[in-house]
Amino acid sequence: MSEKKTVDILIVGVGGQGTLLASRVLGKYATDIGRDVKLSEVHGMAQRGGSVMTYVRIGEDIASPIIDEGGADLILAFEKLEALRYLHYLKKGGEVLYSTQEIMPMPVVTGAAEYPKGIESQLPGVGVDALGLSLEAGNAKSANAVMLGALCKKMGLDREKFENALLSCIPPKTIEMNRRAFALGYAAV
Amino acid sequence: MKKLMLGDHAVARGAWEAGVKVAAAYPGTPSTEITEEIARFPEVYSEWSPNEKVALEVGLGASIKGARAIVSMKHVGLNVACDPLFTASYTGVNGGLVIAVADDPSVFSSQNEQDTRLTAVSAKVPVLEPSDSAEAKEFTKYAFELSEKYDTPVILRLTTRVAHSQSLVELEDRKELGLRPYEKNIPKYVMMPANARVKHVVVEERTRKLSEDSETFPINRVEKKGRSLGVICSGGVYQYVKEALPDASILKLGLVYPLPIGLIRKFAESVDRCIVAEELAPHIETIVKAAGIKVEGKEIFPLEGEFSAKLIRERVLGEAPGGACANVPARPPVLCAGCPHRGVFYVLSKLKLNVLGDIGCYTLGAVPPLSAMDAVVCMGASIGMAIGFDKADPEAHSRSVAVIGDSTFIHSGITGLIDAVYNKAKVTVIILDNRTTGMTGHQDHPATGKTIKKEDTYELDLAEVCRAVGVKDVCTVNPNDLAATESAVKAALANEGVSVVIAKKPCVLLKKRLYEGFRVNEKCKKCKACLKLGCPAIVNGKDGITIDVSLCTECGLCQGVCKFGAIDGEVK
Repeated sequence: MSEKKTVDILIVGVGGQGTLLASRVLGKYATDIGRDVKLSEVHGMAQRGGSVMTYVRIGEDIASPIIDEGGADLILAFEKLEALRYLHYLKKGGEVLYSTQEIMPMPVVTGAAEYPKGIESQLPGVGVDALGLSLEAGNAKSANAVMLGALCKKMGLDREKFENALLSCIPPKTIEMNRRAFALGYAAV
Repeated sequence: MKKLMLGDHAVARGAWEAGVKVAAAYPGTPSTEITEEIARFPEVYSEWSPNEKVALEVGLGASIKGARAIVSMKHVGLNVACDPLFTASYTGVNGGLVIAVADDPSVFSSQNEQDTRLTAVSAKVPVLEPSDSAEAKEFTKYAFELSEKYDTPVILRLTTRVAHSQSLVELEDRKELGLRPYEKNIPKYVMMPANARVKHVVVEERTRKLSEDSETFPINRVEKKGRSLGVICSGGVYQYVKEALPDASILKLGLVYPLPIGLIRKFAESVDRCIVAEELAPHIETIVKAAGIKVEGKEIFPLEGEFSAKLIRERVLGEAPGGACANVPARPPVLCAGCPHRGVFYVLSKLKLNVLGDIGCYTLGAVPPLSAMDAVVCMGASIGMAIGFDKADPEAHSRSVAVIGDSTFIHSGITGLIDAVYNKAKVTVIILDNRTTGMTGHQDHPATGKTIKKEDTYELDLAEVCRAVGVKDVCTVNPNDLAATESAVKAALANEGVSVVIAKKPCVLLKKRLYEGFRVNEKCKKCKACLKLGCPAIVNGKDGITIDVSLCTECGLCQGVCKFGAIDGEVK
C-alpha cells in the first residue's frame, strides 16, 4: 500500500461474523498512515445472519464509498460461500483471502438448496482455517482477528501499526485472545 | 484535526458544534447512530422518544422555547411525525429546528423505499442533502442557520449510503449559544384556522424567497468541465457521478428543495446534453421539466434501488453490465441463534396460526422453515390488522394472533390495544418482550428502566399497561419454555375477548459473553425435529446433524424439541 493508487477491498461474510470490525480496523490503519479512506457498512436487518458486504477504499481523494463489480483488488471473505457469491466483484488479477469455514444458509438447513461443492477450486487466492485457529486462540469469536492477521501479512501492511489498529477497536478483556488469533492468522499465509 | 466518521456521527458532531441543546429520536436504521452519538455529548439533552411524532414535538417545543434542536428518524418514521411536521412548517421556529431523515434506497432494512423529498415538498419544508460525512457535518450546521434565517424547520436528508459510510471529517469546536428569547406569540404558534390561513401565505412566500436566494447559496455549485455532458445531482449520487464521469460538468445541489431554477436553467443551457441523476423519485427532474428546462432523467435511470458509479456508466455511456453473481444458495437474514423470539414462532408455526406481524427483528419469523407470518406493514399495525381479521370473520380469532415487540408496542401498539378493548374485538396479542429495541442495535425504551444516557428511570410495566386499558387476560411466559408458551397461546385463543401474552426474555445479544456451544451426541436419530426451529447453529451436513459452536448460544431450545436427549449442554 505504498503507492498512491486506490486499493479497493471488499469484505464479505455472514452477519455477526465481525465484518464491520474488520472494515473499521482497516479504516483506522489507513487514517493512521495518512491516507484518504472511505468505508461503507451494512447495519440493521441484514446483519441478522444474512449475507453481508462492507467496502473499504483506501487511496487519495476517494469519491464513491462503494466498490463496483469487477473493481475489488482483494476480497476478504469470512465464509467460503460468501466469497463465491461476490466473486464477480473481483478485479482481473485480484485475489481472494478466505476463511475455509462453512456456515449453512437457511435454505441449505431446510433442504431447499445444497451447499455448493468445490468452492475452493473456484477462488483465486488463499484459504485460512480461521475457525480452527480461533479455537486454538481461545474462542470462535476471534476468527475475525485470525483473518485480519492473514490480511496484514498478505497485503504487506505494517504489522505493529495494523495490530494496534485492531487492538484499539476491541473490548480490553479480549485483547490477549485477539492478539494470539492475529499472530496465528499472520503465520498462516 | 481530521477524523474518520460515520455519516450519522458526523451529523451528531455538526449538531453539537452548532450548539444544539435538545435531541430526540426513535431508533430506525439507518438513522439510529445520530442520536446514539449525540447522547455522548454532556452539553446536549438527548432522549429516545416513544415514537417519531413525540420526538418531533419535543424538538419543536425546544425550538419554540429558544433552543436549537435536532430530531432524527428513518424515512418511514417521518410518516409518523408528519402531523407535527406539516404544521411546524406553518409555525416556523425560534431556535433552529433540524429534522435528520434517512432514506433507504435498495431497502436494506425497511418496509418500503419511499422518498423523503416528496414529503418535504408536501410539507413545504426545505431539504439539504449531504454527499459524505464531511458534508453531513457542514450541512447540519448550515441547516440550523437556514432554519433560523427563514423561520422554518429544515430537513437534512440522508440515504443509507451516506448515513452508514465513513469518511474523513474536520473537527471544530462547539459554539455555545444561549436560548433565544421566547415571547408568547399566538398568531405564530397557535394554529387555529384564522392564524393558519395567514401562515399559509407566509409559508408560500418563504418557499419562493428561499428558491430565489438559493441561486447564490455556496452549497449549490457548478463544477465546470466539458460542454458535451452536464449532470445535475446531489447527495451520495454526486460521488458516483464524479467517479463515473470525470469529464462531465456537474451542478451539485446541496439544497434539493426548493430549487434554484435560474442556476439550473443556466447550467442546462451551458451543456449539449443535460442529465438529472437522482435515486428513487424523479423529484428534481419533475420540477426542472415543469420549468421548461430540457433534461434527461428517469428515461435512463431506474426509480428503484441505489445507484453506483457502475450504474451511471451503464446508463449514461452505454457500458456493458458487470458480471453476474454466482448461482449459489441465497443467505437471507434469520433470527439469531438463541433468539428468544424463536420459541414463540416455533409454537405459532406448529399450531399453523395466522400471524399478523410487526416491525422488528421478529419480522424474520416469516423466513422458512418457521414461515410464521401473514402480514407486516408498519410500526404498530399488527394489533389493528388482528382486529380487522376478527371483524371480517368472527371465526378468525381462534386461528390468528398479533405479534409485536416491546418497543414497537410502546411506539404505536398501545392505541391498537385500546381499540381492541373499546370495540369488543376478539384478539390475541403476543408482546415479544426482549427488553430492548433489538433490530436497530439495542436502544433503551420506556420499559427498560434506563434512559438513553443509561440513567435509571421509571420502568413501564407492560402487563400493567395492558390491564389499565381494560385487558383482563394478561399472562407472562418464558418463550424458551416451549410447553408453557404453547399452552399460554392456546388459552388466549380460547378466550372470547382480548388476551395478551407477554413472551419475556432478554435479547441474546445483550449478554456479551462467550459460549462453548452445545454438542450433538450419539443418541441422535436424525429425525430432524430440531431443524424445524430454523436455528442457524444447527447444521444438517454430511456428518449428520451437528451444532456450529461458533454460532450456538446455549439457549437450550433444541433440547426442548429433541425427543432422544441427543443434545449435550447445560443452559446457564
